[in-house]
Amino acid sequence: MTKKLTRDDLLTAYRTMRTIREFEERLHTDFATGEIPGFVHLYAGEEASATGVCMNLTKDDHIASTHRGHGHCIAKGVDPVGMMAEIWGRKTGTCKGKGGSMHIADLSVGMLGANGIVGGGGPLVCGTALAAKLRGTRNVSVCFFGDGASNQGTIFEAMNLASVWNLPVIFLAENNGYAEATSYNYSVACDTIADRASAFGMPGITVDGFDFFAVHEAAGEAIERARNGGGPSLVEVKLSRYYGHFEGDQQTYRAPGEVQNIRDTKDCLLQFARRVTASGELAQADLDAIDAEVKALIDGSVVKAKSDPKPTEADLLTDVYVSY
Amino acid sequence: MARKITYQQAINEALDQEMARDQNVIVMGEDVAGGSGAPGEQDAWGGVLGVTRGLYAKHPGRVIDTPISESGYVGAAIGAACCGMRPVAELMFVDFLGVCFDQIFNQAAKFRYMFGGKAETPVVIRAMYGAGFRAAAQHSQCLYNIFTHIPGLKVVVPSNPYDAKGLLIQSIRDNDPVIFLEHKALYTMEGEVPEELYTVPFGEAAVVREGHDVTIVAFGRMVLKAQEAAADLQKQGIHCEIIDPRTTSPLDTDTILESVEKTGRLVVVDESHPRCSMASDIAGLVAEQAFDSLKAPIRQVTGFHAPVPFSDALEELYIPSAAKIVAAVKSVKEYK
Repeated sequence: MTKKLTRDDLLTAYRTMRTIREFEERLHTDFATGEIPGFVHLYAGEEASATGVCMNLTKDDHIASTHRGHGHCIAKGVDPVGMMAEIWGRKTGTCKGKGGSMHIADLSVGMLGANGIVGGGGPLVCGTALAAKLRGTRNVSVCFFGDGASNQGTIFEAMNLASVWNLPVIFLAENNGYAEATSYNYSVACDTIADRASAFGMPGITVDGFDFFAVHEAAGEAIERARNGGGPSLVEVKLSRYYGHFEGDQQTYRAPGEVQNIRDTKDCLLQFARRVTASGELAQADLDAIDAEVKALIDGSVVKAKSDPKPTEADLLTDVYVSY
Repeated sequence: MARKITYQQAINEALDQEMARDQNVIVMGEDVAGGSGAPGEQDAWGGVLGVTRGLYAKHPGRVIDTPISESGYVGAAIGAACCGMRPVAELMFVDFLGVCFDQIFNQAAKFRYMFGGKAETPVVIRAMYGAGFRAAAQHSQCLYNIFTHIPGLKVVVPSNPYDAKGLLIQSIRDNDPVIFLEHKALYTMEGEVPEELYTVPFGEAAVVREGHDVTIVAFGRMVLKAQEAAADLQKQGIHCEIIDPRTTSPLDTDTILESVEKTGRLVVVDESHPRCSMASDIAGLVAEQAFDSLKAPIRQVTGFHAPVPFSDALEELYIPSAAKIVAAVKSVKEYK
């Protein structure tokens, strides 16, 4: 039974989704200037998933993420200011400039890291879940992965392992329909990713990933089941990414107007705002205030990221080992 | 007179004593108990060659059989290490690294660096390696060179029971990911091993034999072959110094270089395939750092650039022999 969302919860949900959205939109703009090193993979459009799931978690629960990890990081409580500095390659970044967008991690809030290897997080969360089980805590571990990773052997192995060991894991499939440029229709042999759950001895469900409330509820049930010793679940969240696989990807594999149509009709923030203002649970003014604060936060994080120092030669060889 | 036990028993004892000392130490792998879910004994095997026999009963709930899912359970060991456990995962044969290597080299090895120093991954991955059992190409490789290449991993290759116990205890207590490689042909080797807990440090080579004519650097089972060769050479008036690095990462280059500065002649003995091997690694670093001390080219005695063959007739040719080591030592000694 998912706990009822209080007014504070609704404000938190909106703030989290808005923070992710503005963070990603700002990166989209800034990346085009060529100043940001490497690759970024933006989560814009998918905010309801990370937010809906992570609002059921504490910092003692663990999540593993994907290459498209900024949303999971923010929802799990990683500081966006540190994240922006990291993406800009600064010494003040979450990972001291040594990881970058694809490897942002903060173990102090149970964030095992964005991951540059598709499917890499599946086995890892089986480990954190095993630790929780052996220690007798009620902590759970969530593996975020995409439709692309749903075909990776590591995910199958992790699902089977979590099932036979009865681990408190939630396999959270974010199905945005495209694995890089290849569609889900082409690559995934069954109708839904959730169909695979029964093959691994666990319940599976598919939910609307544009609807924060639906995600929050479905994830909440799976998480509660895991906390109570009921073992793993697969939750498939169907959503859409607004931007390309990586920034620079023109997305010509998508239908003309596909993304704009989704933005106009299904956007998770629009849906959320419409619902909470219609019900009177929140006022538009509440949401506007959050929008302004988030804008200031993101703007400030970029100013800082641009002016903070980069790591130096003295940092090149540190932290390869604890001791060597 | 210290009691003698086998290399295999020394490893078992290290695991047993560390598990008794620290509740965070858990053991997992295929058939490490061997019988889970089956109607007979729940710990029928204790590992495919019995190395972990008895641990399941002594440490309930902490010796865990796994499905055949190396990526899954090696990755789980790594994830558990990330949140403070000290798992010892067994990769049954090092040759299976192919089915789990990503979790080892892209995940465990890199977390600390990629996360800006804010991660510790104290996982140990034990594996059997080496030829001599007619186990053929997919169950006989060495591969310590591949792990050695990866920054962030430590690689341990004990050559005798004393080092096996001390290095495994050190591996478990170490806060970095450690690959602990056990030569399958050394399991029955006996040696003096203290009953109490003790550690052998990483990055410190053992000078197994002192001599002033030629330096032999050898790993794992090749230390025994080197000793055999050295005894033979002694009779011919050639005095070899044998260095056993014990860990390939970190590598005790100081001891190797000091020895070469003394002898001027180096033979490296490495059971693995020759390309990009530990032999080539050591030959390269000595050539670069002790060039002026060298009186002869460096010789490498290795396996071949071929998969390990099955037939005993061929496998015996594959594995470096004492006779080959003798010939290599003589060639550098007699070099003009």
